[in-house]
Amino acid sequence: MTSRFREQVEEALFPPLVALLVALICGDLLILSYGQSPASVYRLLLEGTWGNAYGFGQVLYKATTLTFTGLAVSLGIRAGLFNVGAESQLAAGGFLAALVGLGLSPSIPGVIGVPLCMIAAAFGGGVVGAIPAFLRVKFGAHEVIVTIMLNFIVLAFLNWIIANHLHVPETLHTPEIHTGAIPRLSQFIPGFHGSAANLTIVIALLAAFGVWFFLFRTRRGYELRAVGLQPDAAEYGGIHVGGVWFRALTLSGAIAGLGGINYVLGYKHYYEDGFAGGSGFLGIAVALVGRNHPLGVVLAALFFATLSQGGLAIHAFVPKQMVEVLQGVVIIAVAMSVPEVRRALRSARRPATV
Amino acid sequence: MTSATSPAADRTQPAIRMLGIDKSFGPVRANRGASLEVMPGEIHALVGENGAGKSTLMRILGGLMKPDAGKLEVNGRDVTGWSTNDAIAAGIGVVHQHFMLVPTLTVAENIVLGQEPVKSGMFDYQRAVADVQALSKETGLAVTADRKVSELSVGEAQRVEIVKTLFRGAKILVLDEPTAVLSPPEVKELWGVLRKLRDAGGTIVLITHRLDEVMDLSDTITVMRAGQTIERLKTSATNPAEIARAMVGREVNLTGRDAEALSATAEFMASGTTPPSSEEYSAALEVNDLVVVGSQHTRVIDGISFTIQPGEILGIAGVEGNGQTELIEAIAGLRKIESGSIRISGHDVTDFQVDERRGAGLAHIPDDRHRRGLILDYSVSDNLLLGLQDEFVSRRGVLDANRINENATKQIESFDIRPPTAALPARSLSGGNQQKVVIAREMGHEFAVLLASQPTRGVDVGAIEFIHERLRAARAENKAVLLVSAELNEVLALSDRVAVMYRGKFAVVMPAAEATEETLGEYMIGTRKESAA
Repeated sequence: MTSRFREQVEEALFPPLVALLVALICGDLLILSYGQSPASVYRLLLEGTWGNAYGFGQVLYKATTLTFTGLAVSLGIRAGLFNVGAESQLAAGGFLAALVGLGLSPSIPGVIGVPLCMIAAAFGGGVVGAIPAFLRVKFGAHEVIVTIMLNFIVLAFLNWIIANHLHVPETLHTPEIHTGAIPRLSQFIPGFHGSAANLTIVIALLAAFGVWFFLFRTRRGYELRAVGLQPDAAEYGGIHVGGVWFRALTLSGAIAGLGGINYVLGYKHYYEDGFAGGSGFLGIAVALVGRNHPLGVVLAALFFATLSQGGLAIHAFVPKQMVEVLQGVVIIAVAMSVPEVRRALRSARRPATV
Repeated sequence: MTSATSPAADRTQPAIRMLGIDKSFGPVRANRGASLEVMPGEIHALVGENGAGKSTLMRILGGLMKPDAGKLEVNGRDVTGWSTNDAIAAGIGVVHQHFMLVPTLTVAENIVLGQEPVKSGMFDYQRAVADVQALSKETGLAVTADRKVSELSVGEAQRVEIVKTLFRGAKILVLDEPTAVLSPPEVKELWGVLRKLRDAGGTIVLITHRLDEVMDLSDTITVMRAGQTIERLKTSATNPAEIARAMVGREVNLTGRDAEALSATAEFMASGTTPPSSEEYSAALEVNDLVVVGSQHTRVIDGISFTIQPGEILGIAGVEGNGQTELIEAIAGLRKIESGSIRISGHDVTDFQVDERRGAGLAHIPDDRHRRGLILDYSVSDNLLLGLQDEFVSRRGVLDANRINENATKQIESFDIRPPTAALPARSLSGGNQQKVVIAREMGHEFAVLLASQPTRGVDVGAIEFIHERLRAARAENKAVLLVSAELNEVLALSDRVAVMYRGKFAVVMPAAEATEETLGEYMIGTRKESAA
């Protein structure tokens, strides 16, 4: 039994590590082509992220949002659905959280204000997720197309509201919320001073645990994974496939929406147009590299957050776009290496005797 | 490959010789030192249980995979590790279990595919038709060159497959389970074709686990077990019991598959376990005037009515594709019905969902365990609760891991699932053991009506015996069983009554004791008709 567990861990960890190696080699070539030394650029990248408290705080902050969007995408994939709409779900969640935070009286304490804003965020993302879910179940409209199109619609709609009705003059953001602010980590650990890292990270970790428990320990999770693996067999087992799809995509949207609080409640305390900034799309990569497992998602979120923050640190030496190229290389390498590395692992385990 | 069609003039030299073949897939050693020797001009049966390594050996022969070790010779030439193109060029033709035909193309187009005759840069269809007709005449394999493959019966489609391989110059023909989808008359016809090909100097390798076919047709037999070649026998000097023993490695009770099946049934019937009369019990399953409409707006189930009493097995025979799958799925709630009603133990379940029908006492062994019956990436223990997941919840929708494990341990033991490891993914089990998981789940809890669709398909001799015992035990416990099987022997051996399905209707319903393979065969292909009882 333990050897099987070890095999599973190996199969989960080796492919991303091989992919990372491939990405590092590509990165070397890129840096060399730019006339810089790979070793010093990588050192700089690490120093600017894990090497000092501020950089590390920024990594944690970015990883928090990516954990939510990564969890959202992976939950969809577990049910056999590809949610490409995390970007707009994240934005809608952040928007509703800000709206509630603005609407509540400043006299309401945070212990009540924060949960209310969180519910609003999850609700906002959930609604945006429920639309493609409904269209998929009711009319068979493919969720990939619908979520992509909804990204345009929702983001444009939010932009219009902000620009015309809710903005502080000369900006594209709302006024500051009255209640619902989530404390920054620097209030507890002074070293984090100046970084955006806040207690939302605890909520992100709880969400990851919750998704894990739901998927692997509950009947609904059992049914959701069954639908994702073999819808025909799930149907045979008396599982209502349409119902599972609806709940999965709605929940996926709600988790992505909840991610909006990291920026709105934890960092700026207002909604700003475009704050999602691609975190929803990067969530797809996080889910892919994290192999759709909540623990993997958390680790992958840290990894991509490191790359993203590291890009700023090395900006003076190589273009920051290099990091974006590296991200792309990692994603492609993971997509390739998962089946290849698994095959190699399995043949290496072949028993030597009869 | 210049020696492609060199005649195997030397009759003492084997057409195929495989020696010490090793082939592993990860931890699974599919072939371990397997050997095979096939002489030119013989029909050679390759038999063995599921997972014995027959298909792997044939894939190596066909160039689809390379062996880890060992040697492959064809007509005396060492061709170890060759490619599919080499194999085709050397005259090896494989007829797969699942046809590799393009349904929207005509027979002639399918046959010449890849070697199309060309006239001034364009596909010369007339030439193709003429070529195919000429070959058809030469070999005596009747095919209609200009019909669409989608319009053909399974038997005809298979003939097209054979002509296709011959068109490509095949001298050595490998057939993988060719009779699985054929009606008895079609099987007879196929036998005629194969004998004719052999008499014309062709070499034929027949993969099968049906011993009656082996005895009927082959000249020589190779038995495989667990990746190894166990025995090479002359058909004329052996008997089914000996072959079965070599396949399984122990004595096997062959009831239900061998020629004695009928007499065994008669004995069983005579031993007094007759079904209870309908006055004593209300029907366990009652189907009334059921109509199901298929994708082409045709009535795939065209007004079927029947009842099954507790303690009765109703067997449904028929050539595949005459509505059997649709009937089972309609009763299970997996397929929308047009009209009619379904009752389980007196309760009208016509409007019930799948889970509600299960709740009403329905158990279901589906015909396609890979698509429906199992979630292949789930562990054995998780598969053992598919459809019963509601019963394994402790509180607030959390699954009860202890009870799931207890259940798995119990079922693995009482249904002899091997290897006995609950955490193993179902994918890694052999076909027979996968089927046991399905059967353990469906029969391991309380039910009133069992739908058993092809319960022994692709399952080896030992497991077949076990599954048949279980079905008989269910009858003895007063369960009602609806059995659908492509195996006439199986239907006859297990059923109390037999129905034949033909084009969405019951062509006939009769007591099994009065039915014979010959009469059922005629109903199956529609040459005999009678309104259903």
